[in-house]
Amino acid sequence: MSNPMIKVENLHKSFGDLKVLKDVNLEVEKGETISIIGPSGSGKSTLLRCLIYLEKATEGNILIEDQAIALNVEGKQQHIAEPQIRKNCSKLGMVFQNFNLFPHKTALENIIEAPVIVAGKSKAEAVKHAEELLAKVGLSDKRDEYPCYLSGGQKQRVAIARALAMEPDVMLFDEPTSALDPELIGEVLNVIKALAQDKMTMIIVTHEMSFAREVSDRVIFMDQGNIIEAAEPQKLFNNPDHPRIKTFLDKML
Amino acid sequence: MAYLLESTWYILQGCTTTLKLFALTLLFSLPLGFICAMAKTSKVKVLKVIMGFYTSIVRGTPLLLQIFFVYYGLPIFIPGLRFQRFTAAVLTFILNYGAYFTEIFRGGIQSIDKGQYEASRVLGMNYRQMMVRIILPQTFKRVLPPIANEAITLVKDTALVVVLGIGEVLRNSKEIVSRDFTISPFIIAAIIYLILNYIVVLIFRELEKRYSVYE
Repeated sequence: MSNPMIKVENLHKSFGDLKVLKDVNLEVEKGETISIIGPSGSGKSTLLRCLIYLEKATEGNILIEDQAIALNVEGKQQHIAEPQIRKNCSKLGMVFQNFNLFPHKTALENIIEAPVIVAGKSKAEAVKHAEELLAKVGLSDKRDEYPCYLSGGQKQRVAIARALAMEPDVMLFDEPTSALDPELIGEVLNVIKALAQDKMTMIIVTHEMSFAREVSDRVIFMDQGNIIEAAEPQKLFNNPDHPRIKTFLDKML
Repeated sequence: MAYLLESTWYILQGCTTTLKLFALTLLFSLPLGFICAMAKTSKVKVLKVIMGFYTSIVRGTPLLLQIFFVYYGLPIFIPGLRFQRFTAAVLTFILNYGAYFTEIFRGGIQSIDKGQYEASRVLGMNYRQMMVRIILPQTFKRVLPPIANEAITLVKDTALVVVLGIGEVLRNSKEIVSRDFTISPFIIAAIIYLILNYIVVLIFRELEKRYSVYE
């Protein structure tokens, strides 16, 4: 059995006095699709943001393919140099709720930016790969459009292509459909489903329960900074151990 | 008619100085403001404090007073430091406008959505790549309108150097006014300033149009 892709141990995160994550433990295997559900304020997004170092863990270990983003040795949080963290995080790609496309760049330019500037690919190579990715998310015809001329669903699909262009081993989705009109949600979810079928390792924070149920290998329920239960979707949605989950699901449906 | 042409010609000669002052000020105060804004938005506390000091003093006192200070005051504090009149004027203008541009650039940089920083970071960019490729190009678009405003003010502020007796548009027209007891030179001067500002507006309009391909 190989080591897990992502290993989180005793992760704590506080903002001042506010404890957002309290002792979170999680392992993600290669090729696994994991959905994180739970009420707002439960720490779902903060967990994702700690994984990719948009937030610095207060305490605990985060290992991406055995490389540390956060490391605690005998109760002391270790300092890891910024370039090292950036390198370790490069195995992760992230998609945001608000897309965060670069407004001054076309769809294609958004996608090739990091491969050319950060990864040092040649422009021709990056463009070729970007065109494949645009085809994959069904937006070949929007290649040269600026983000302001795209719908929300199209923007999010470009954002997914942009993250994929860096060839990450793990994709993190932070409520990828929460900012979308209902009729545009499907097109984004279809792209994510296709990635799941390709065995991309993914962690998806979502409020789309039926999607989580359909696409996930495991579903994690978080509440008040803790993982309450992690189980296969059938188990978690039909027969959760914890009454809190049942209350939440009843409210969602 | 010949009289008017003659006056206009004389006043236009002052235009060279006005334009020189305008151009030199913009040429140096824009980069100065940009660098100071980078310092002010950096994480280095000392730089922030120094920049805060600079912008408060310069923006808090009249430009006219600053001109007097640099030309008449500095030689008293630092004996031997005496500038030519035009040099003193240019230096004062650069420092003064640099402070305003610092604040304009700072506001521009800070107005960029934090999601842009986060997206750049998760794509692996370092600070320099993020600023050069993502943040600053968007900043330039946003600061164009306030910079245009400052440029227009600058055209008119150049008239202040009349107090140092520098022969620019206003001073030359004033000479004719005093000599001939007529106010027509002032009208000519006004028209010249109007035309100059119209050109400034046209240039910035063109720049803004060029940046308007997105958003």
